[in-house]
Amino acid sequence: METVELTIDGKKVTAPKGSTILEAARKNGIDIPALCYHEGISPYGACRLCMVEINEGGRDRLVASCIYEAKDGLEVRTSTERVNRVRRMAMELLLARCPRSEVIRQMAAKVGVERTRFPERPPEEDDNCILCGLCVRACREVVGVSAIGFAYRGSKREVATPFHESPELCIGCGTCAYVCPTGCITFEDKGNVRVIWGREFEMQKCKVCGRYFAPVAQLEYIRKKAGLPEGFFDVCPDCRSS
Amino acid sequence: MRLRSPEDLERLRKRAQAERKEREGKKGIVLCAGTGCRGAGALEVWEAFRREIGERADVRLMNTCCHGFCERGPIVIVEPEGIFYQRVTPKDVAEIVAETLNGGKVIERLLYKDPKTGEPIPYEKDIPFYKKQKRLIFGNNRYIDPTRIEDYIALGGYKALIKALFEMTPEEIIEEVKRSGLRGRGGGGFPTGRKWESCRNAHGEPKYVICNADEGDPGAYMDRSLLEGNPHSVLEGMIIGAYAIGAHEGFVYVRNEYPLAVQNVTTAIAQAEDYGLLGDDILGSGFSFRVKVVRGGGAFVCGESTALMASIEGKPGEPRAKYIHTVESGIWGKPSNLNNVETWANVPLIIREGADWYSQIGTEGSKGTKIFSLVGKINNTGLIEVPMGITLREIVYEIGGGIPGGKKFKAVQTGGPSGGCIPEELLDLPVDFDELTKAGSMMGSGGMIVMDEETCMVDVARYFVTFLEDESCGKCVPCREGLMQMRKILERITRGEGKEEDIPLLEEICEAMRDGSLCALGGTAPNPVLTTLKYFRDEYEAHIKEKRCPAGVCRELITYYIDEEACTGCGRCLRVCPAEAITGEKKEPHRIDPEKCIKCGSCKEVCRFDAVKVK
Repeated sequence: METVELTIDGKKVTAPKGSTILEAARKNGIDIPALCYHEGISPYGACRLCMVEINEGGRDRLVASCIYEAKDGLEVRTSTERVNRVRRMAMELLLARCPRSEVIRQMAAKVGVERTRFPERPPEEDDNCILCGLCVRACREVVGVSAIGFAYRGSKREVATPFHESPELCIGCGTCAYVCPTGCITFEDKGNVRVIWGREFEMQKCKVCGRYFAPVAQLEYIRKKAGLPEGFFDVCPDCRSS
Repeated sequence: MRLRSPEDLERLRKRAQAERKEREGKKGIVLCAGTGCRGAGALEVWEAFRREIGERADVRLMNTCCHGFCERGPIVIVEPEGIFYQRVTPKDVAEIVAETLNGGKVIERLLYKDPKTGEPIPYEKDIPFYKKQKRLIFGNNRYIDPTRIEDYIALGGYKALIKALFEMTPEEIIEEVKRSGLRGRGGGGFPTGRKWESCRNAHGEPKYVICNADEGDPGAYMDRSLLEGNPHSVLEGMIIGAYAIGAHEGFVYVRNEYPLAVQNVTTAIAQAEDYGLLGDDILGSGFSFRVKVVRGGGAFVCGESTALMASIEGKPGEPRAKYIHTVESGIWGKPSNLNNVETWANVPLIIREGADWYSQIGTEGSKGTKIFSLVGKINNTGLIEVPMGITLREIVYEIGGGIPGGKKFKAVQTGGPSGGCIPEELLDLPVDFDELTKAGSMMGSGGMIVMDEETCMVDVARYFVTFLEDESCGKCVPCREGLMQMRKILERITRGEGKEEDIPLLEEICEAMRDGSLCALGGTAPNPVLTTLKYFRDEYEAHIKEKRCPAGVCRELITYYIDEEACTGCGRCLRVCPAEAITGEKKEPHRIDPEKCIKCGSCKEVCRFDAVKVK
């Protein structure tokens, strides 16, 4: 495998060619904070916490390490004063947006922000969503259905189903909820139904143990995609493997 | 009829020029019917002329797009003398035909009057607004019916294309553009030739060229007027660029709110295709190139190159980081070269006249001319084309004719919403890319909003920040959340609820946005705040510390009152007040009840004696 050698905070590190700075750093035990990054999903560069300072062509500049490719000879500094100022401001702004989120409070504390000087969103408007887009990207890239997306723009931006209606394309898999860093997307399993995005999904009952283990729509989606025979998911994975 | 060789095109040109020559010295009416003049009723004037002149063979009626002097539209020029009539209405048409066209007499009432001397100016060539300009790119609008490709060809159109395709290699073209010093007119100011070279050298096929006509700055309309009025100059530039880069497909991304521009560029493409100036084997050169029009949905951020390309792909118009340049990976991951309307329109001129000639115009770092839209508190609202390096003072006072109503100049905002406000003490600044950036503003696409002493600079910053908050795509945290919090702080200050720590906090947000935003929209959005803080800090302080708006704009901080000495008791203000806050007997001084007053300013507007004051 081809590798590149770069310097992060004075330490020489190697990483596979094509890695981002963030991947190279984490692989070498160097922590860079991030909120919109997930190793299984394509990077997005929106939260701006992972900003680092690099020197290129004699010029210092800030780049988002989750999308900037690690190159041979690159010098990266992960916590200069300039970097920290951006991180602290980003967290102070997010703390005003989601003052009740434990994850956000912890991340803020980590970069040295204990309180925000901006007016906090009132509880009735606060949904804990930081618009990191992990749910939208996961639904599109990992699940492959694009049942949810962004609506509106600027400070009115939100994650939503098309036209705010019950999402037709959703298979009820809950990937969006699993990947959400602040826990603002939730679903509820009530016996034979799962409720997510305002839609009810019928659950598949295991023919062996009788447990409701996954939404029928999700299992059908997987079965068709993988070309599995009908009835393949009549039995839950636990009973199948035992 | 398809043109199969340069000789074919030259034959067509000869015919078009002969036709033109035949009309020279003959009677004619040239009407400016660009979007601005249409808004002032130009189409009705056009219909009136058509009715009045009917089938007369001795008079040629010509419908052009924007001439630039929008303040005075609809504009009519009577040929062959070049008599300039302003603010023409359909009612004036019969008189123009009878008196001027038939009788050879000038109608004084319709003439433009020199604002300084009050003298009427009969001829277009003597209008001071035009005199200081250098209209290399924009000037042809006046002589072209944009729906007729032959008009463009008669004026030397597509000559540069012949030169490029048959006498120059792509490398030579790029070298010529590099040597000309042309920099991107959309705002970035990146050297055009270098961009082309990178795109030519980039790996990957096919390559694309794009014309960015997603002009979104409030008050800016030079790209619209160029695309409406002279679409072939833009297309010719694109074909030359495509040949130099090695692209065979191009896009004109134009906002759908520009219906006339969409229409005229679509017509122009169809005509160029008919003549074989677009399509396969252009003029028998073996080079093929096609252009499609893509209409934008009106998002400001789609003027940003990566967002624009996402939009062409059919995705939401959101920018991405440009760590890999679009010349290497743009539309559908392919090398894509994007230039602004005006940049493309400069290309035929450079190829035709040569880089040596072109680079004589302008300053060391900024060559050629620039079209600005001069708007706001200025006598001569309109589009101007000036050589780079002209001073702001010359623009505002000599071309723009100064500030209306004898008011004092306060600032000029350049570069669109994320540009900056430049104060009076910098009026002698030569206008070019680098000088404007040094002053904390930018060239941007060429918007220039003039502000007078009755403009509150905190309110201006609030206005632009609100605009940008609305137009931010909302993807990255500093831009989305930072603009919202800045807007809230600025709103508080204009309400008189500002705190001393607000100024350093604004500066902190600005710095984080500049360093931390994902695209240029967020990166430059702090400019209106930073420049007003830099040059007009005293106004912020007056709002915060003294709860006072020095310009008398911020409603919560002002009181309207009537100067009893000046008031004649005419009762106009009393009648117009929607809140019934004004009392007073006829011919006695009136009074405003501050409790009832809603500070709408209607009384001040109608008072003929300047008796309504603000404190």
